[in-house]
Amino acid sequence: MTKTMAEKILGRASGKDVSPGEIVEANIDLAMVHDLTGPHVVEVVEEIAGEVKVWDPEKVAIIFDHHVPADKIRAAELQVIMRRVARKLGIKKFHDVGRGGICHQVLVEEGYARPGMLIVGADSHTVTSGAVGAFATGIGASDMAMVWLTGKLWFMVPESIKVNVIGKLPKGVYAKDVILHIIGKVTVDGATYKAVEFHGDTIRNMTIPDRMTLSNMSVEMGAKAGMVPADEVTVQYLRERGVEVKPFGPDPGAHYEDEWNFEVSKLEPQVAAPYSVDNVHPVSELEGTPIDQAFIGSCTNGRYEDFVEAAKILKGRKVAEGVRCIAIPASIKQYMKLLKDGIIDILAEAGCFVAHSTCGPCLGGHLGVLGPEEVAISSSNRNFRGRMGHPTSKVYLASPATVAASAVEGKIADPRKYL
Amino acid sequence: MVTKVRAKAIKVGDNIDTDVIIPGRYLIYTDPETLGRHCFEPIMPDFYERSKKLGGVIVVGGRNFGMGSSREQAVVALRGAGVKAVVAESFARIFYRNCINQGLPAVKVPGISKVVEEGDEVEVDLEEGAVRVYSPSGELKKEFKVAKLPPSLLEILESGGLVPYLKKKMVQ
Repeated sequence: MTKTMAEKILGRASGKDVSPGEIVEANIDLAMVHDLTGPHVVEVVEEIAGEVKVWDPEKVAIIFDHHVPADKIRAAELQVIMRRVARKLGIKKFHDVGRGGICHQVLVEEGYARPGMLIVGADSHTVTSGAVGAFATGIGASDMAMVWLTGKLWFMVPESIKVNVIGKLPKGVYAKDVILHIIGKVTVDGATYKAVEFHGDTIRNMTIPDRMTLSNMSVEMGAKAGMVPADEVTVQYLRERGVEVKPFGPDPGAHYEDEWNFEVSKLEPQVAAPYSVDNVHPVSELEGTPIDQAFIGSCTNGRYEDFVEAAKILKGRKVAEGVRCIAIPASIKQYMKLLKDGIIDILAEAGCFVAHSTCGPCLGGHLGVLGPEEVAISSSNRNFRGRMGHPTSKVYLASPATVAASAVEGKIADPRKYL
Repeated sequence: MVTKVRAKAIKVGDNIDTDVIIPGRYLIYTDPETLGRHCFEPIMPDFYERSKKLGGVIVVGGRNFGMGSSREQAVVALRGAGVKAVVAESFARIFYRNCINQGLPAVKVPGISKVVEEGDEVEVDLEEGAVRVYSPSGELKKEFKVAKLPPSLLEILESGGLVPYLKKKMVQ
């Protein structure tokens, strides 16, 4: 029988022919925790096994990114625990402060995530690794503890949805606008429990960083995984990282529960208004909304290419009076490249607060928590009530270019006039 | 026995996300009491007190309850606030798994949010596969038949979650 990517991967990992709806026990290829979920996992592992251990240290990644560097004593304590665990277990894929970045960025750019892999992470945005053709999904601490102890986890084989995106993206419109548009149409539970595959010429023409934005936000429509078939773009991206892989995709004629078609050649920049990621509007409907803070960064849009687009707008201009713009590259590698190419200079000269890699304000952790009634526009992924700080604050989600244009004007703005 | 619980209902809406259940800034904690005190803080700052005063509650949600982050602390927070079960029109995937693993009954009951009103009591009876709604006077308003859980999942719930379940298995 012909199979979707999810069926092929879960079949391979469980050693049998699988169909949607079936529950399988699968071998995990890579298991990732970060500084906030890791200690919870360690607690559970110790409670079950009496000591901390993992089934295979080569297949475990521990990456510090949420409260990085530690911003309070409790966060520091958690990092002390995880450092000790990483050392004790001999975890090579351990990335401490300043030596990695946001976990999802690190998994892809270090070449840890590869086509056809089954990856679990104790973070919902683990789906990001779907950009290189992996089945990657978020799990809780107890499930991760099971994985650490046994290397296995049970899964229900999901139905798959094929998302076809066609058309050349207009100037000023990016992968972020595409995924916001899709979520706006299908809603925040439009893909719950499903494996989503992205197809079509728009996707084929996207770089890996762009595909990461798509895969990353597939969880915002409830998807269990959001995958892009691995093609020559993927092979080349990983080759540059010293990893040789083969293309990987669904079988021709695979069965999909549903197909969604999007034509994007006339798409406008999109903005998700509070307090739901599916409250999506074309930027023209929200232009002029005053903002207090602009944030460019996160696992969704904190890559080199994102800051290059933002810098096109910020170059020679200033962040508006009364607005602060926070720019945080998603990893040390992205930061270094931006530094070498002078992009950090442009951001700093425009008045941006440029920080080292961390999740920071995206989840209201630190480096830009919002006060009462404050409004932010952000290149991140969630605009839930209180997500970035005070429960009365508001977050609008948009592409880095839209965020940059808004920072310059002090209100939500269309980036196209600057490009 | 967690498989049959009855308590006052507290209603919430559709698409309740895990940031609303426990905001990100509290993820540095894992203990039920600390997390419980901040449960639902962005939408119902008095949730903890209300729940404790009622001797624990059953949360009645709409569609897609628990969407967003994979934080298992969301379930720990609910437990810490004295929540005995969550019933909703539908659940987000990771949250549902986390509930089972934490021993908190989570039951999908299409139509429940239209029937339950403030002040009602809800009974979750997992063994019989039923969810019953009682008016404040104690009268049975409606009984929903729900799919029974597979025995393995029921056993995890009965044990109080994945950790006590595995410990019990190891002893056996």
